[in-house]
Amino acid sequence: METENQGALWEVFIQTKAGQAFKHAGSIHAFDKEMAIENARDTYTRRGEGTGLWVVPSDQIVAVSALETPSFFEPADDKVYRHPTFYNLPEGVQQM
Amino acid sequence: MDVKEKYYLEIADSAFILSHRLAECCSRGPYLEEDLAGTNNALDLIGLAESLYTEAAKMHEAGMSADDLAYRRSEGDYYNYLLCEQPNTDFAWIMTRQFFMDVFHYYFFSELIRSSDAFLQAVAHKTLKEVTYHLKRSSEWMVRFGGGTETSRLKAQNAIDGLWKYTGELFTASNADTCLRALHVSADLEVVRAKWLQKVNEVFYLANLKKPSNDYQVLGGKSGIHSEYMGHMLSDIQFLTNKYPEAIW
Repeated sequence: METENQGALWEVFIQTKAGQAFKHAGSIHAFDKEMAIENARDTYTRRGEGTGLWVVPSDQIVAVSALETPSFFEPADDKVYRHPTFYNLPEGVQQM
Repeated sequence: MDVKEKYYLEIADSAFILSHRLAECCSRGPYLEEDLAGTNNALDLIGLAESLYTEAAKMHEAGMSADDLAYRRSEGDYYNYLLCEQPNTDFAWIMTRQFFMDVFHYYFFSELIRSSDAFLQAVAHKTLKEVTYHLKRSSEWMVRFGGGTETSRLKAQNAIDGLWKYTGELFTASNADTCLRALHVSADLEVVRAKWLQKVNEVFYLANLKKPSNDYQVLGGKSGIHSEYMGHMLSDIQFLTNKYPEAIW
């Protein structure tokens, strides 16, 4: 069968439990929105991994290029005073 | 055979045989995602068949197991619809066969939710969730075929024309259907037929596909009279149990 055209690439995000953040799970191919969310469901949530699902067209994601990585992130490396490490978290806090 | 056991077997065999047809496509999907989707669907169906076989086995006088029912009967003792055993001709045929069965399962189990049989009621509740998803997927594919290219539309129309003659059997009452209808155990197939036709018409309209004008129908599966494909399929399905009769999971 035809294997060259598999549709556009979509990124898949799964929410494990209600209220939690969606986490990137991987990517899938699909030709339209319905197919994308169904392919994501069939590829990534077959073993009860989630209760919520997002798909985003990969070409809609804006990313930092490798070339820009040093100027974007390295300036933060020597500024330890920005870390709020002097606070103690209350015991009940699990997601932070 | 008890009519209730026969009724359970009719539902289970159709799910089992269709599941096997889908499983035959495992690793042969057009791409990874579609391959997984098809096999997921197959697993849902085998789950449905397994629960019914387990229950039917308890009623069987000779003390058979669910595996015995699935793998150790001869061709004439399987009661699946002819539609389910039709071969995987191409992707449009696979999806059209699936679409016809998904619409059927959806309305069939919607009826069985009101069954006076508590087991069937529970099965219907569980299955309906799975089938709702199957139907969404296969009806979207029908619309995609119809609205895609001229080739995809022709392939879907060709599949419809080829498979239509096996759809009448879905609504033809067997003896078990009729006996259990009086006890409010079985689904009302006339209600299922009307809803099935309405849904199929609706999707065909959206997909610009046509119902064949020739309404000739082939019957037989529910009484154990199968098409030429069934024997070949069973020799495949039963190969392992025949060669290694003591094999267990």
